[in-house]
Amino acid sequence: MDGKEMLRVEQLNKSFGDLNVLKGVDLTVNESDVVVLIGASGSGKSTLLRCLNFLELKNSGRIIVEGEQVEPKTHDLNKVREKVGMVFQHFNLFPHKTVLGNVIEAPIQVKGIDKKEAMEEGKALLNKVGLGDKYDVYPSKLSGGQKQRVAIARALAMKPDIMLFDEPTSALDPELVGEVLTTMKELAQDGMTMVVVTHEMGFAREVADYVLYMHEGQIVEYGHPSEIFDNPKEERTRAFLNSVL
Amino acid sequence: MIEILHFFDVFTSSLDVFIDGLWITLKLSVVSLFIAIIIGLFFAILKISNIKPLQWIADGYIWIVRGTPLIVQIFILFYGLTDILLIPMFWAGAAGLAFHSGAYIAEIIRGAIQSIDQGQKEAARSLGMTKSLSMRRIILPQAFRRAVPSLGNQFIIGIKDSSLVSFIGMQDLFGVASTMGSNTFDFFPYFLTVAVYYLLIVLVLTFVVNKVEKRLAVSD
Repeated sequence: MDGKEMLRVEQLNKSFGDLNVLKGVDLTVNESDVVVLIGASGSGKSTLLRCLNFLELKNSGRIIVEGEQVEPKTHDLNKVREKVGMVFQHFNLFPHKTVLGNVIEAPIQVKGIDKKEAMEEGKALLNKVGLGDKYDVYPSKLSGGQKQRVAIARALAMKPDIMLFDEPTSALDPELVGEVLTTMKELAQDGMTMVVVTHEMGFAREVADYVLYMHEGQIVEYGHPSEIFDNPKEERTRAFLNSVL
Repeated sequence: MIEILHFFDVFTSSLDVFIDGLWITLKLSVVSLFIAIIIGLFFAILKISNIKPLQWIADGYIWIVRGTPLIVQIFILFYGLTDILLIPMFWAGAAGLAFHSGAYIAEIIRGAIQSIDQGQKEAARSLGMTKSLSMRRIILPQAFRRAVPSLGNQFIIGIKDSSLVSFIGMQDLFGVASTMGSNTFDFFPYFLTVAVYYLLIVLVLTFVVNKVEKRLAVSD
């Protein structure tokens, strides 16, 4: 049932100055897995995610992407990032480009894809996330939920093998959370390998293959959603779940 | 009343001599500001680089420009460039003005680049864009938009400052006014005339900058 290994992290340590944010994290993500990271703010889950596409550089440990150990000094990180898409809490759409312009930018500039082809693929992706009528609109005219769906389409346009989501619904008004989660759910059903940091416990329970609970830079507990949510082994996990559910 | 009529008389009768000066002022302003933008962009990028010696070079340049009067810079460059390197007067003047404006433009561009949200760079890099590609395609276009009002202001200052090249003998607008004044001992109407020319140039430039601002605002 386990697919091919897509991502492995071994003994990952990361500190900012004197602050140890990640303390020996191990994690394996197989193909088509949806892994959800939960935990209080400051527990290191976003930092872990950002280490996975090298927006933050680890202090020690190993990060193995599709079987290849990636070292920032010797590897072309841009090539790795092409395979690992990321969706941010604050969308980070390019405000000077239209919706379609956002989506086709990297395929054209990074992969050198023909503009016509990129536009066709971009439009197909936007249709898929339900924004087929917004190609020529600038991001400032969109709602938060629409922005985040454009951001998802933008990341997908690079045809990544893995998608990282860093609290994708935390900046949204409550009534807009659903549409983004629906898009993510569809993506998971299509078999995308996903690592998601979120506070949406309903999403974790419903969509995740594995849930990881992080506390003070360590993975305290991981397992299938039913194990974590219904029958947590660790006292700290139980305390956290009690505080959020 | 007589004075006003006399001014109109001088203004209309001097059109042909001032046209030559106007042409030099415009050519000088456009050339020097174009070079200044390139210099400014270059030093702005040095300043935001993480390499200390490059930052020091940019700091040194900005310190020299801000710490000395423009007229001194023009004289130094003029005597240096025309005497030692045998560069024509026009290019010495343009170099002096560009050297000066470049420092202020560098600071404007640096500020604009640093005002762009860090998330823009992260989004670009997460899509596999290199540092220089994300700077060129994502950060700089946004920074330039943000810098347009300040750059417009700096261009206005640059055009007015170009009048100082008359002190190295160039017959720009101000040079023409000085010469005509000295020749006729009738300074007042000629300087009033030249003031009108500068006002009109700045009026047109302000109009253009406003148009550009409006056009760039479509994405806001």
